[in-house]
Amino acid sequence: MSVLHKTLGIGSSPHVTSGDSVDTIMRNVVVALLPVTVFAVYVFGIAAALVLTTAIISCVATERFLGKLSNRPGTLGDWSVTVTGLLYGLTLPPHLPLWMVAVGGFFGVSIGKFLFGGLGSNAFNPALVGRAFLQAAFPQAMTHWNAPSASGQFFDIPSSTLTIPFVSPVFDSVTAATPLAMMKFDGIQTASPELFFGLTSGSAGETSSMLILLGGLYLIARKMMNWRIVVSILATVAVISGAFAFFDPVTYPQPHFMLLSGGLMLGAVFMATDPVATPITNAGCWLYGALIGSLVVVIRFWGGMPEGVMYAILLANAVSPHIDRMIQPRVFGVRRGTG
Amino acid sequence: MLGFARTETFRHGIHPPEHKDDTCHLAIRRFPFAPTLVVPLSQHLGKPAVPIVREGQEVVRGQTIAEADGFLSVAMHAPATGIVRRIALAPSISGDMITSIYLQAQPASSQEVAEGEPCDLASASSVEIISAIQKAGIVGLGGAAFPTHVKLKVPEGKHLDTLIVNGVECEPYLTTDHRVMLEQTADVILGVRYLLRATGAGEAIIAVESNKQDAADKLRQQLPDDLPVTVHVCPVKYPQGAEKLLIQALLGREVPSGGLPVDVGAICVNVATTAEIGRLLPHGRGIQERVITIGGPGVRHKGNYRIPIGTTVRFALEQTGTLKNLSRVFLGGPMMGAAVSNLDIPVTKGTSGIIAFTTDEIGENIEVYPCIHCARCVEACPIFLNPSQLGLLARHEEYLQMAENYNLLDCFECGACSYVCPSHIPLVQYFRLAKKMVRKLEPAK
Ligand code: SF4
Ligand code: SF4
Repeated sequence: MSVLHKTLGIGSSPHVTSGDSVDTIMRNVVVALLPVTVFAVYVFGIAAALVLTTAIISCVATERFLGKLSNRPGTLGDWSVTVTGLLYGLTLPPHLPLWMVAVGGFFGVSIGKFLFGGLGSNAFNPALVGRAFLQAAFPQAMTHWNAPSASGQFFDIPSSTLTIPFVSPVFDSVTAATPLAMMKFDGIQTASPELFFGLTSGSAGETSSMLILLGGLYLIARKMMNWRIVVSILATVAVISGAFAFFDPVTYPQPHFMLLSGGLMLGAVFMATDPVATPITNAGCWLYGALIGSLVVVIRFWGGMPEGVMYAILLANAVSPHIDRMIQPRVFGVRRGTG
Repeated sequence: MLGFARTETFRHGIHPPEHKDDTCHLAIRRFPFAPTLVVPLSQHLGKPAVPIVREGQEVVRGQTIAEADGFLSVAMHAPATGIVRRIALAPSISGDMITSIYLQAQPASSQEVAEGEPCDLASASSVEIISAIQKAGIVGLGGAAFPTHVKLKVPEGKHLDTLIVNGVECEPYLTTDHRVMLEQTADVILGVRYLLRATGAGEAIIAVESNKQDAADKLRQQLPDDLPVTVHVCPVKYPQGAEKLLIQALLGREVPSGGLPVDVGAICVNVATTAEIGRLLPHGRGIQERVITIGGPGVRHKGNYRIPIGTTVRFALEQTGTLKNLSRVFLGGPMMGAAVSNLDIPVTKGTSGIIAFTTDEIGENIEVYPCIHCARCVEACPIFLNPSQLGLLARHEEYLQMAENYNLLDCFECGACSYVCPSHIPLVQYFRLAKKMVRKLEPAK
């Protein structure tokens, strides 16, 4: 019975845990993003693969570098920065010069995540912070879109991709307006099947609503994503834009176009649901989603830009702590207002 | 109240793996007497009992060896026929040293249990039953060890309509209540009769979870028609056995924060406690043994045992055998049970199980990440607290703010939040400490 004489570990209850951990969740997000990622490379070629790789490497390297500087080792194991890098890459135009990709990645992780205190403390989705930075710094490059599936060009690396840093890029690829730009500036509404399957121009990962939804359903089934946020955003956009389209179908696009075009799907499913920057209660999440949905419609209809998902999410991220302050769960046995 | 407002179960909660199959089919077996039994004078919430035996005195199994000290206290009985060796301090699960009676069992004795003055169900009054329960040393056997007779005394001005007999046993691994319901069905029913008489409640509900359907069937079969008792089968969910949650599940009533079940006209008594009442009161005997599950992956001969109070954990595990890579032993279930560092502590009335884990279950240093705000803890907390926010405040030692703004004191330490947290933040561990600190900081409240 010698084992009964050795010192046993103590440690307080619970002595069992669910087995899920941050790194398993993050790895699952990567898995959920794989179809979208593979499709992006398939449609936009090697250039998109280079953009995505650069995005991930720049984010991971930044995290590692800053972690070393501040003596906070081992933050890569949680996979969160890999997710950030991949998401960030998926929001970029596929022919963006790689040096810009790297600069944005560095900015997103350093300012968007690290400055706030790292994982769990970032007030904004770091991937979107990186993208917002690029949008402000390089508005032209960020709105140069190339056509999808330009046949035979899979292995072509457009000259813009390898532009030397700080030299303005020359785009040689076939330009193609995004469905939202066509809608906004020319009043042309792209057909739904094209939007759904993703055969349009746009950011690397935003075009295929189908694959994005597939990834989202996977995460929802694994209980790793709050579906209420997604539903709330999409429902709000559908309802508001539907109302406008009903009364003025000439000026305003149909709701299904609103839902399937631009960065809405990618944003609603993968960006707005980053738990760190979202409210903690379900009621709060419904409100947060409704806020994003309304902002998206407002920016798309009346803003200067064709797309507004990114700003809508960043704004709602900022409001999220206030939503949490307003909406707390009602404690068992305590009446509202008396607790 | 509208029909659909009656819930089948409480809201939130978790579904940890049950691990009950190892022992739930094993009939209760008698455990051998250890050479020395250690009976702490304080095995319950409230005042310690006062010893009425001297060192060197011979005692008979079942004989009262310590008496209740006032109303908030219960008696202790000799777990074996033998000699009182000493009355001295002994280690306890809390880490404190507690005055205890060391009893040396006599191997030659027949270990016949002494009988006392029977409490006759037909003639006893409510007050007499309550006092008999106190004399029998009965406390909540589910783990809380709150003196049962104190619960039964309905305060002036309160009305009690429903007695809930708690056979939920929602902790993983534990199957004692399950076996007791199957094997001591008659005791349970008799116990319910005593309890109904003592409290004046109009009806009783015996609650079990659906993983104990056989126990529910057996109870239903044997319940006589003249008793206003129903058996209710709830879906399996942790921590359904917590009385406030069980009351909500069964009656749709919410016990107010800081209040007692009797505030909403209900009272909860554990089913094993009920069975002991039915078993002991007719003979005027006291609790000197109890049924516990000895199990978990680290135990060789798992099972349910009727074990003398005062048996040390070491003796118990020596008898059942353990695996070599034993890493942690705790008393009670894995969700709320306390780990033991010293195996010489005794089994007491509140011990529902001895569970042993090996190095396979307890991983080395799990990495703790920052809170990622995933809301899993919020979704799990049956009290609807915000463990994420509470955890953050705890780290900054903002204990008073935790209590004032985030209802810290309503946390009953079920551990559901820690169980689900993907960042492995020791939430409930923080909250235990924080509650202690708050009680220290504001003793007046
Ligand atoms: S331990 Fe406390 S805070 Fe955590 S789930 Fe249980 S009651 Fe809620
Ligand atoms: S479960 Fe853990 S990580 Fe998730 S919100 Fe709660 S404390 Fe934070």
